[in-house]
Amino acid sequence: MPQSAVEPIIENPKVEVRNLHFYYGGFHALKDINIRIPERQVTAFIGPSGCGKSTLLRTLNRMFELYPKQKAQGEILLDGKNILDARQDVNLLRARVGMVFQKPTPFPMSIFRNVAFGVNLYEKLSNSAMEERVEWALRKAALWDEVKDKLGQGGDSLSGGQQQRLCLARALAVKPQVILLDEPTSALDPIATANIEELINELKADYTIIIVTHNMQQAARVSDYTCFMYLGEVIEFGATQQIFTRPRKRETEDYITGKFG
Amino acid sequence: MDSTRYLMRRTVNALTMLVSAGAMLFGIVWLVWILITLLDNGLAGLGTHLFTESTPPPGSAGGLANAIMGSLIMTGVATLIGTPIGILAGTYLAEFGGEGWLARTTRFINDILLSAPSIVIGLFIYGVVVAPMGHFSAWAGSLALAVIVIPVVVRTTENMLRLVPNSLREAASALGAPQWKVVTMVAYRASMGGIMTGILLAVARISGETAPLLFTALNNQFWSTNLNAPMANLPVVMFQFAMSPYDDWHSLAWAGAFLITFAVLGLNIVARVVFRKHI
Repeated sequence: MPQSAVEPIIENPKVEVRNLHFYYGGFHALKDINIRIPERQVTAFIGPSGCGKSTLLRTLNRMFELYPKQKAQGEILLDGKNILDARQDVNLLRARVGMVFQKPTPFPMSIFRNVAFGVNLYEKLSNSAMEERVEWALRKAALWDEVKDKLGQGGDSLSGGQQQRLCLARALAVKPQVILLDEPTSALDPIATANIEELINELKADYTIIIVTHNMQQAARVSDYTCFMYLGEVIEFGATQQIFTRPRKRETEDYITGKFG
Repeated sequence: MDSTRYLMRRTVNALTMLVSAGAMLFGIVWLVWILITLLDNGLAGLGTHLFTESTPPPGSAGGLANAIMGSLIMTGVATLIGTPIGILAGTYLAEFGGEGWLARTTRFINDILLSAPSIVIGLFIYGVVVAPMGHFSAWAGSLALAVIVIPVVVRTTENMLRLVPNSLREAASALGAPQWKVVTMVAYRASMGGIMTGILLAVARISGETAPLLFTALNNQFWSTNLNAPMANLPVVMFQFAMSPYDDWHSLAWAGAFLITFAVLGLNIVARVVFRKHI
């Protein structure tokens, strides 16, 4: 059966990965990845540890380039333009593709300056415009009401869940189009996790969201599309509902039913 | 069986405690002894005259004003020269050099410099600065002290930057910050306390150095703030006065030792208290 008949047909993908290979030194970590990620939807990458889901996520904003031994080959098209092209300015790319990490990483500065940090890199805003932007970002991240009276305090004075929302606000403040979430709730308690998941649901109206998670229930709850990976390959990509109810591949079914992973 | 093993464990534990506590006491006894001796002999010589009068000829009254001023000036100049170089080099090692050959070589040389006898540094500056200039000078003294400051600051800067979690750097890079901004705006901020402590410790270290000044700044009996001329300084004054046969010089040497030791102690305490939360 031809692939296109079963794969979901995604017109005008926001991100399209074509024939992507990735190497950590001599280790071939991603093998011929081909996926199309839809705009303004939530796409989840799932799979057992070491399957390459975080690696794939980190190619989408070229984070891997911080480490000289890591190399990517192939094409990643963002709005049709190959971002792996050497002519693509990596910092401008990261302004368009924001990222939130596994552990909250507030910078050692005030809450206000944490949010303003990324904005200052690209825009010269007046004080009042910056205040508006910071408030806007903190509201988007559902953190404004909790911090509006202590914007001058250090970001590390917040709770873990608040810190993670601060990191989200910091990424949103730059006005990216795509947001990458690398296991954003794995260091959080269930209530903070629920808050973040709710936020993801609200944010997808404006942003293309890609989330890596080791928590299958989370993938089922928050995502519209799911990409199941195993041993550096995409085993199955499809609508989340289909993946979790009628997986086409044996490995997918074994993984989501907990037989391995 | 179990109870004998338990008893054995408890005995070994008690023995280890005893030996380490004994070693700690042995070490600390000397320090306390030094401090008590200093208090005993130094306090007697203290007085405002120390800060208002210059070093006297034998037999007449005087103070240490010129030596205190000289020490402050040379320590200050050495810190101003050595700190930026040390911080930049440490930053290169931690943030940019990685494990390349240049970084590895620099780190190796820095370690040697860190443990180089200070008299060798004094002789080196004598050779490259004092001899060509034809006279001793406070500049030469400051340079010799700066050469001692640099490796200390390089080492602490590198170590403190390495303590900054990589996730913080990644987070800043992910916002599109170029590497120099990641370093200056995030990594420096996160390690500021540690780096400042390193600088204070380097200052503490050079404020008591005698050997590198003997061949460079020499000494000066008179009040002088001219960096191009020999300059008085506490360690060398102490060295000369303590070796002399005159009682009033001895008393001044003790007072100088008291001042240096407690200034260094004070610096260490400040370093610990002010930057405690960052370490």
